[in-house]
Amino acid sequence: MYWKETMRQMNDIGIGSLVIVGIISIFIGAVTAVQFSYQLQGGFIPDYYIGYIVRDSTIIEMAPTITCLVLAGKVGSNMAAEIGGMRQKEHIDAMEIMGVNTAAYLILPKLIAAVVVIPMLVFLAAFVSIIGGYLASVPTGIITDTDYVRGLRSFFDSYNIFMMFVKAVVFAFLLTSISCYQGYYVKGGSIELGQASTQAVVLSDILILFADYLIALLLTS
Amino acid sequence: MIKVENIKKSFGKVEVLQGISCNFLPGKTNLIIGRSGAGKTVLLKILVGLFTPTAGKVWYNDTDFFQLNKAQRRAIRMDVGMLFQGSALFDSLTVEQNIRFPLDMFTNKTKKEKLMRVNDCLARVNLDGSNDKFPSEISGGMQKRVGIARSIVLEPKYLFCDEPNSGLDPKTSIVIDELIKSITIENNITTVINTHDMNSVMEIGDNIALLYKGELVWQGNKDEVLDTDNQILQDFIFASPFLQRLRSAALAK
Repeated sequence: MYWKETMRQMNDIGIGSLVIVGIISIFIGAVTAVQFSYQLQGGFIPDYYIGYIVRDSTIIEMAPTITCLVLAGKVGSNMAAEIGGMRQKEHIDAMEIMGVNTAAYLILPKLIAAVVVIPMLVFLAAFVSIIGGYLASVPTGIITDTDYVRGLRSFFDSYNIFMMFVKAVVFAFLLTSISCYQGYYVKGGSIELGQASTQAVVLSDILILFADYLIALLLTS
Repeated sequence: MIKVENIKKSFGKVEVLQGISCNFLPGKTNLIIGRSGAGKTVLLKILVGLFTPTAGKVWYNDTDFFQLNKAQRRAIRMDVGMLFQGSALFDSLTVEQNIRFPLDMFTNKTKKEKLMRVNDCLARVNLDGSNDKFPSEISGGMQKRVGIARSIVLEPKYLFCDEPNSGLDPKTSIVIDELIKSITIENNITTVINTHDMNSVMEIGDNIALLYKGELVWQGNKDEVLDTDNQILQDFIFASPFLQRLRSAALAK
């Protein structure tokens, strides 16, 4: 049952979020490329730096942080509402009386699924974002195909990938645990359920940003 | 048997239960009755461990329930079935999946064995062939019967029913009452029913506990209800002039 539920959650979080993550990522890359090309205009910095900047800003910051902020809204609010609804309809009480460890059954599969799937989504987001940067800068003539690819291949440090995955795992844990907590302990009626859902997103976002800062401090010092 | 000893429960300054002591007997339908706000649901939730009492003990045979740790309580709960007032069926699961849920969680039976057990339970509550329906596709009475089927699928020793007849028409209520009564006798279950349905009291009340403002004010069986001189019970059971006339007629006979 736990395995089946974990698989269901992986599908919901992973496959269910592919489109939104893809759309956001492509625009993150596109906007990053366009804005950096604007800032680099007329300077002494070579054009191929656009590819390099898009790659690193995406991997280190944009892909994990923006993706997880969006997922806090999409997946986190969904989790809080799902568990909160079960609390209000006495489903959780029913499971407790059956002898089910409800915290383990309802929260653990979500947590495991999120910690496994969200880093994959973040990796995908980084990849799509780099493609987004390419699409926004090469066909429009901002830089050449050769320059963009050269930028992508310059100064590559695999430690940045490690940092991206650390962020993704921590953010996934935060957004899932906060959202599940808000849903699991919801009291009252539909207004309180809505508030719990909102609270889950707001708290997750704040803590993700705070954790982002801490990880940046710890892993770059 | 379930034995309750001097149970007290307060929410803030409000004392909802003020020292309840009584026994709930195996093979009998034990009823907790009383007006709304008397503390029936709180007592039932204490019995199943959803609320912790402020003071007092709940004994499942020789085991003090609230002295057990979480894992030990879960072990006892394997022997407990509960029918909720709103049925509490998992609305994203079909009838079959709802009833199979405890089997999936706690048994190593094969798919075929589970299906057989589910079908047995469905047949027991006269819902053969409803396997693939969702709770939203069946009536309130059918939902209650699915709730009963789910609560007996693991063959519990204790069955708790919170207002099993609320929201049901009188005929369906009788069906539910008869079903609970027969399951209780067949399996020698200790059944505790929280109700304010007068028909249930008079038809299946083997052991009745009347709560009034958080106190146990009367205990007896359905046959003793008619003869009682307990004014609170009389006011509660024979609340309407029609029922008072019926009682007078019955006593005259």
